[in-house]
Amino acid sequence: MAHFTKATSVHDWLNQRLAIDTLQRVLSKEYWIPKNINFLWAMGMVLAFTFGILLVSGIFLLMYYQPHVDTAFDSVNFTIMREVEFGWLWRHVHAVAASVVFLIIYIHMLTGIYYGSYKKGREMIWISGMLLFVAFSAEAFSGYMLPWGQMSYWAGMVITNLFSLGSLEFNGLVEWIRGDYVPGQAFLDRFFMLHVLLIPLAILGLIGLHFGALRIPHVNNQDGEEFDFDEEAAKYKAGNKKESKVIAFANDFLSKDMFVVSIYLIFFFYLVFWHFGFAMDAINFDPADGLKTPPHIYPEWYFLWSYEILRPFPKDPGLVAFGFAQVIFFLLPWLDRSPNAVPASRRGLFFFWFWAMVIDLIILTAMGKLPPQGIYSTIGLFAAWAFIGLWVILPFITRNEKRA
Amino acid sequence: MGKVFGAVAGVGAVGALYAMKKSWDPLPSVKAAGFTTVDLSAAEPNKLMVEKWRGKPIFILKKTPEMVAKQSAEQTARDIVVNGENFLICIGLCTHLGCIPAYREAKQDFKCACHGGEFDSSGIDTLAPPPSPMVIPPFNVKGNTVVLGEEGETYRQMKDAGVLA
Ligand code: FES
Repeated sequence: MAHFTKATSVHDWLNQRLAIDTLQRVLSKEYWIPKNINFLWAMGMVLAFTFGILLVSGIFLLMYYQPHVDTAFDSVNFTIMREVEFGWLWRHVHAVAASVVFLIIYIHMLTGIYYGSYKKGREMIWISGMLLFVAFSAEAFSGYMLPWGQMSYWAGMVITNLFSLGSLEFNGLVEWIRGDYVPGQAFLDRFFMLHVLLIPLAILGLIGLHFGALRIPHVNNQDGEEFDFDEEAAKYKAGNKKESKVIAFANDFLSKDMFVVSIYLIFFFYLVFWHFGFAMDAINFDPADGLKTPPHIYPEWYFLWSYEILRPFPKDPGLVAFGFAQVIFFLLPWLDRSPNAVPASRRGLFFFWFWAMVIDLIILTAMGKLPPQGIYSTIGLFAAWAFIGLWVILPFITRNEKRA
Repeated sequence: MGKVFGAVAGVGAVGALYAMKKSWDPLPSVKAAGFTTVDLSAAEPNKLMVEKWRGKPIFILKKTPEMVAKQSAEQTARDIVVNGENFLICIGLCTHLGCIPAYREAKQDFKCACHGGEFDSSGIDTLAPPPSPMVIPPFNVKGNTVVLGEEGETYRQMKDAGVLA
């Protein structure tokens, strides 16, 4: 056993037992962050905050929500919204956060792509981040089922039907996932479990992995400059803070992070109090009805782009294209053949590739929301092909890139 | 030691996975509730009747003599004859992604609003994206009624003839 001495203070008492000084040094005071990064790098902290908000508001919703096909709808729309004091607040906070979290995830992802933060030793950061995106998608989908409105029910029907894998007709698999022939009590119960326990646990684990993956390669910077973190840290510790290219995470960088977070929170609560409706779908205010399909089924805005890649094709090719869209981002570190980890603006063709991808995603999102008719279907089809095409040409345009 | 532990862990893991898989299967009560009897005497020609079976909508359409006369052999093969009348009986879910198509009496066809698919009055897909005709559920004709979920003689004949899909 370690040698314990009589504590001189509470701090000392804890320090002897939990090594809080070491912990603080490793996690914050001597965790080095490059100076040269802009506000886009604060999105990680914004995401961590939003996840915390989702967790707290979710706990409050959980106390009155009833996962039963007969009472779920009323427990949300009547009990929580009208009877529970401030129940409306938790619901709006939860719904807005669930929607905004994807906006921030997309900004975070696109920042990573723009600055090449997935390259040369940073592949695990990218992959763990993409796994987080998948986990968040599953979390969002399972949560969307819980109010048991029309859109919940039919989104559940359509998405679980995808698992029959088109012409392979794996109906047994679909029925196994649902625990019934159609979404019903078994379905609601298990998605409730997934939403409040299993997927959040997975998310927590993945957040740990994502943070851990940052430790060795360190965070990228605005110029993609490679420097020796130990050397720069030594300068910083010696008092040469001006010359050093790094600063400590706490409290130096944290203050900048928190500044961005506070601006974000103003925007967030503006939405919660004045524009919460954008996160809710009118159709989901009708209780689920297995005998009546809403005329136009579409997912939440953050899934529209991948939905639109599924939609314009016939069934089987549509599924293949959809599967492609789900996994292709994982392969980015290998499809981008250039070793340059610099901003897209200094990478020639890749710059155009990046913005073409952003524009294509926006077009897919817009078309996914519109009814699948006439010109919209045609634009959607072109945009879906463009998405696939952009990924196919990526290795070729990056292979011959000059060393920047 | 390592091998023994590996073997024990392996058996345990397989057993646990099997139990987990089984726990997610539909309950026996859900499977048992899979039969529905429908009385067809109330059906009116060219009016869609919707019943519920295993939580899914079942389309029942009594065809008018003109409709029957116009039909191709492929369409007629899917008709279920009860008391001398021709019926379409199928699961009213679009074979694309499972939305419920709407019946248009004037055009005598089904339109799926979700992605624009169409089916004729025999449930055969006529406009993509649906890849196949609407599914005919297992049925058994008994006088003026049909029992859904039970494989009757006619059902088996239709299955052998390959017209069910
Ligand atoms: S679900 Fe009917 S056309 Fe897609």
